[in-house]
Amino acid sequence: MKTKIIKAVKFMGLGYLEPLIRLITGEEVRKNSKDAFKRILFPLLSVVVFILLWHSFSNYLNNVESTLKIEKTLKNQGPEAAKKLEDCIASGDISCRPNSLPSPAMVATALGKLWDDHKIMATKKQDFIDKYETINEERAANGEIEIVYTGRPSFVDQIKTSLKTVFAGFLLSIIIAVPLGIVLGLSDTLRTSFNWLIQILKPVSPVVWLLLVSMIVKTVLTDVDVEKSFVISFISVGLCSMWATLVNTSVGVSSVDKDFMNVAKVLQLGTIKKIFKIILPSSFPMIFTGLRITLSVAWMVLIAIELLAQSPGLGSFVWEEFQNGSSDSNSKIIVAMFVIGIIGFMLDRIMMIFQKLLTFTD
Amino acid sequence: MAYLELKNVCKSYGEGKNKTEVLTNINLKIEEGEFVAIVGFTGSGKTTLVNLLAGLIEPDSGEILFKGQPISGTSHERGIIFQNYSLLPWLSVYENIAMAVRAVFKDWTSKQVDEQVRSFIEKVNLTHAINKKPKELSGGMRQRVAVARALAMKPELILMDEPLGALDALTRGNLQEEILSIWSEDKRTALLITNDVDEGVFMADRVIPLRPGPKATLGPEFNINIDRPRNKIALNHNDNFKTLRNGIIEYLMQIGKERTAGIELPNYELPDLVPMKFD
Ligand SMILES: Nc1ncnc2c1ncn2[C@@H]1O[C@H](COP(=O)(O)OP(=O)(O)OP(=O)(O)O)[C@@H](O)[C@H]1O
Ligand SMILES: [Mg+2]
Repeated sequence: MKTKIIKAVKFMGLGYLEPLIRLITGEEVRKNSKDAFKRILFPLLSVVVFILLWHSFSNYLNNVESTLKIEKTLKNQGPEAAKKLEDCIASGDISCRPNSLPSPAMVATALGKLWDDHKIMATKKQDFIDKYETINEERAANGEIEIVYTGRPSFVDQIKTSLKTVFAGFLLSIIIAVPLGIVLGLSDTLRTSFNWLIQILKPVSPVVWLLLVSMIVKTVLTDVDVEKSFVISFISVGLCSMWATLVNTSVGVSSVDKDFMNVAKVLQLGTIKKIFKIILPSSFPMIFTGLRITLSVAWMVLIAIELLAQSPGLGSFVWEEFQNGSSDSNSKIIVAMFVIGIIGFMLDRIMMIFQKLLTFTD
Repeated sequence: MAYLELKNVCKSYGEGKNKTEVLTNINLKIEEGEFVAIVGFTGSGKTTLVNLLAGLIEPDSGEILFKGQPISGTSHERGIIFQNYSLLPWLSVYENIAMAVRAVFKDWTSKQVDEQVRSFIEKVNLTHAINKKPKELSGGMRQRVAVARALAMKPELILMDEPLGALDALTRGNLQEEILSIWSEDKRTALLITNDVDEGVFMADRVIPLRPGPKATLGPEFNINIDRPRNKIALNHNDNFKTLRNGIIEYLMQIGKERTAGIELPNYELPDLVPMKFD
């Protein structure tokens, strides 16, 4: 039982929990408590140190900014206004706080606020749906367009949209890059002839992909009833991120171990069998590494693309907060930053688990 | 017409300055049902020879005739036990062998395949490891999987490239018997590459040394005229066996000496040093 748990934990890349589990079950108490200290306490300590540093740095920036602001007011509006501002800042009123790096506490508050907002918006949306349920049924029966909720999406809705877009883009890049990579890997001629194209397209920035895709999608989807911005962003994400998979697949397929190819020859496998029973399994580790890179690139460029394409999601959330410039906007942006980072990390972990499940290791 | 015939076969690797001629003028005839062993030093070109016979590589010049026809590519009639096992790491022991069996016996039912696979895994004593992946096996266990895979394909001609090299003496002896029984069962033909002279003499009808490369050729052949079935322990007191074995070993030692004699050592001037004394 214990070994099973430890195995599962290690499998998920959470190996640092191992000493703690062993400690809890009373195994080699001295050694394991030392290990647990080392592997859990120190990382926790580093978090504390990080927050402290952040706190003091934001304090410092704040003070500099406040002094500047007060001096400016003094010069432009006289001592009375300056005194008022100084008092306001000293009182800790958020509306007078200068616009700089928010402190950890402010970010935590912003997170709480975003969560509360989400709950309020979710109830609103549910009420709306309940209210219009019967009406919409009637409208649908009469062949009329249903009334849909058009309220502002909450932070959680934005996360969901972003995840939806990234998965659509990731799927698209798998569908394009894996088969194409196999074909290129199998044929030396094709690989060398199309290498230039891959090398040129690989470093193209997400912004350019977005523009290119919107040029095309705009005309192709003129009368199709879909969310155009969603289509544009997921296609751009897919095109942007598929190169790692394409290159890795073709390299993996073209460099199958000679011993395995000899087995295929001795067993006289046909082309299809050779591809599916020898070439693909042996290049699976390479393909998966490519897919992992693809997913993390997809998630990274997604934010930029959403921001530019004005399609809903975390990217546009960040952009709107930046534009809106209210007192807690900066904190919300930092919240978004952490959320983006944590989700990216989790996506990579999920891919790693799949990789371990599906590929062999020597 | 010989069952398998090599006529002046030459094989080299690389081109131009980097060209190494591994095998030159290999002439060999093997009759149907024969068991031939080839012994030789490491790097002399034994694996190259086996790969030629399996059809994995082609000779630069000369001819290889199998049942009178020149060899082109691989064939299920010629099975091979690879020296480096060449197991597929993503398949279990069972699946590795089953894949080979299915490839050869295309019209078999899955039950027939299953029986064949299990019986050969049994023969090499790996039933306890049937569902393990190659990386979970020891070197000797992997080697036994490779042996089972090749034998389960029931080839007419069995090419074995040092098939038992990684095994302990006891397992080795058991597998030698197993291979011999499969060979004699329905009169197959076998070519065994080995670096163990005793093994060659025990198993084969003829033992042929491969003179060390580059430009390796086959040496004089030794006919092993000892009745079958042979018994290992009894053989140790068989004068015929002793003479043959010693003859082959002497021959190998002689060509080994020739080889080292051919390499000239540079003459180093040694400085005249005397250890210092501390009193
Ligand atoms: N693919 C190759 N390319 C170039 N040289 C090769 C290649 N394969 C083998 N050789 C060379 O050919 C010679 C014979 O190699 P081979 O593998 O046939 O030896 P071997 O007798 O099987 O040795 P061992 O007993 O160690 O298995 C070696 O000198 C080796 O360097
Ligand atoms: Mg060899």
